[in-house]
Amino acid sequence: MNTNLFRVCPETGFQVHKPGERLMKANAVAAVVFLLIGGIYGLGVGLTRWPAVHLLPADQFYLVLTAHGLNVLIFWIIFFEIALIYFCSAVLLNCRLATPKLGWVAFGLMLVGALLNNYIVLQGNSSVMMTSYTPMGADPLFYLSLILFAVGALIGCFIFFGTLVIAKAEKTYEGSIPLVTFGAMVAAIIAVFTIVSGAIILIPTFLWSVGLVAHIDPLMYRMIWWAFGHSSQQINVSAHIAIWYAVAALVFGAKPLSEKVSRTAFLMYILFLQLASVHHLLVDPGVSSEFKMFNTSYAMYLAVMASMVHGLTVPGAIEAAQRARGFNKGLFEWLTKAPWGNPVFSGMFISLVGFGFLGGITGVVMGAEQINILIHNTLYVPGHFHATVVLGTTMAFMAMTYWLVPVLFRRELVMKGLAKFQPYIFGLGMTGVSLFLMGAGTLGVPRRHWDIGFAGTGMTHDFPAAAYTMLALNGMSVVLAVIGGASFCIIIVASLLFGRKLGEEKSSPALAANMVTDKEYKGIGLGGLTVPGTLCLTLIFFAAFAAYYFINWKYLSQTWGIS
Amino acid sequence: MSILSPSDKVWWHEPIEKTELIWISIVFVWGVFMTFMMPYWHVVGDQNLPNETYRVTPEQYMAKAQSVVDQFTVGEFGPQKIPVVHPPAGSDVYLVARLWSWWPVLELEKGQSYRVHLSSLDWQHGFSLQPANINIQVVPDYEYVVTLTPDEAGEYSIVCNEYCGIGHHLMLGKLLVVDK
Repeated sequence: MNTNLFRVCPETGFQVHKPGERLMKANAVAAVVFLLIGGIYGLGVGLTRWPAVHLLPADQFYLVLTAHGLNVLIFWIIFFEIALIYFCSAVLLNCRLATPKLGWVAFGLMLVGALLNNYIVLQGNSSVMMTSYTPMGADPLFYLSLILFAVGALIGCFIFFGTLVIAKAEKTYEGSIPLVTFGAMVAAIIAVFTIVSGAIILIPTFLWSVGLVAHIDPLMYRMIWWAFGHSSQQINVSAHIAIWYAVAALVFGAKPLSEKVSRTAFLMYILFLQLASVHHLLVDPGVSSEFKMFNTSYAMYLAVMASMVHGLTVPGAIEAAQRARGFNKGLFEWLTKAPWGNPVFSGMFISLVGFGFLGGITGVVMGAEQINILIHNTLYVPGHFHATVVLGTTMAFMAMTYWLVPVLFRRELVMKGLAKFQPYIFGLGMTGVSLFLMGAGTLGVPRRHWDIGFAGTGMTHDFPAAAYTMLALNGMSVVLAVIGGASFCIIIVASLLFGRKLGEEKSSPALAANMVTDKEYKGIGLGGLTVPGTLCLTLIFFAAFAAYYFINWKYLSQTWGIS
Repeated sequence: MSILSPSDKVWWHEPIEKTELIWISIVFVWGVFMTFMMPYWHVVGDQNLPNETYRVTPEQYMAKAQSVVDQFTVGEFGPQKIPVVHPPAGSDVYLVARLWSWWPVLELEKGQSYRVHLSSLDWQHGFSLQPANINIQVVPDYEYVVTLTPDEAGEYSIVCNEYCGIGHHLMLGKLLVVDK
């Protein structure tokens, strides 16, 4: 081993490729910076929607909403994912990262793209929302900046694949790649599909914006844009589920209940998740019902099934490990004795529950072809995806960051007391955002709308008073979530700058738990089941899912006849 | 451990945990059920969007809408004096979406069905009928024909719920439902 190029991680024993590690750090830091920027924009959105505050004028509201979506949904998440896939390949496989120089080119393209995009949106002539539906047009640089960013991300994906090839060729691991790396690989494969879809639609739209293409069909735009837009959220799902498994291993020393089930579930994402473009076209003209039904169900809900399987196998792996460690009493001792004060675990668990109960159930329900009639483009939609992308993905990424800072940067976390509470503050705030937006959406309040009082229209429409209450509660939840998000950014930045240097000593308590041995797993569980507590939780989940599903059909049956 | 390669190289032969099998069976059956629910509702349900769509230019669409307005206008609505159109039950009626208004005001009879045509003259818009809470995408170049059957008399609002630029929140229209 070349010690100029590698160091041995004292926490995990992994051989860490230093040039690769620098790239992981750069991408992770950029991610947190864009989270901070996007979060500030989000505060502007929430305070404007709060009727009593109504902070920003209309033009600024639409500008800030555009910038919010792009910074958090694209820049924060994809920068972090690049750091994550580099980590899952180079570090977990004890391998050198392929072509670090090209990695810097990728990073540079992404950074230039993200900064240029922020600049051009702030100019005020590109307030077209993240979706930029044609024929509404933005500044040509708006599309160009996204293309630059996407090219950078695509290079990052291929560096990941290259690293897998090197690891295999140089035999840096034995047998199969770890499950977490497998999940990251699924994320990267979906990312290639996603970015190619983005290129297919954004390059012609860029050419249209400079006058070289005469017409972009608006319906075609919607379909292909969402092959990019929705699939990019599926990258997040794969990535944050890989993190769930990673946290189960790092905090508890857990192994998956069975490799076969978890890996097959990941594989189903590759096969079926891309169909989700159609979730956004369920009330569109020109798209047949047959096409809508097949695709919105991900071909018989096979991708939903995959997520529900992970929803069992991740807490199941934790339960088995905890029981093996002696917390074997009753149904839930494994859970009550979990390290709730460790933000790596609490963040991951909030992500698991929030993604499943709030994001997952609502996503499947609104993705039923006919139920979507009640929900399309109402505030319910942002309510749903704040549960998936923020409570699910962002919360999981935050949890992982708490673990990565001491491991990669060799700095101890500062403000540990605040860090202990941060996942709860952010999680509670974002749960409120999600629930209250969905509540307002159920009452028909439109999304991306500056004034539901309709002043200046010469007409009146009164939404129910409850809708205004929901928006006020949403505003308060936004403030709480922003406090939680800002705490995260402050803790991380302060730790990087002022955290005690950890050197080559192993931290105490250990950052990575010892693996639970096969011997310890013997004789755990209740009534012949190894993980009865988890099964109980998933049955509660199923009951909530089914009840909510039928309530919405009932609600649909009460509106006008539509045929 | 999930961050390490499986200790058993041939992990495919490991038995599946019993809890997993129970859960996989439940979610598979649930998935099949939910898949079946959508075509089932097409057969028994009263709320299903149709496939009927035509390509159209803004000029063609406006001409058709104008013709219906010329034939069946019965009054005016609000300070903007938007024509109120009362078409015969069962007929084709046209709703025009444009920056930033819905035109004209349709007056429909409760319990009757109408073939409501939806298209935009410029950008994308969102037809959101409140408080009935029926939401349909309105796309330029495409004419969507949706048969609506109002179930209660009253004054309904048409909110635009697809962002359409700086005046998006000013785009409010009306739809009236009267007893026969």
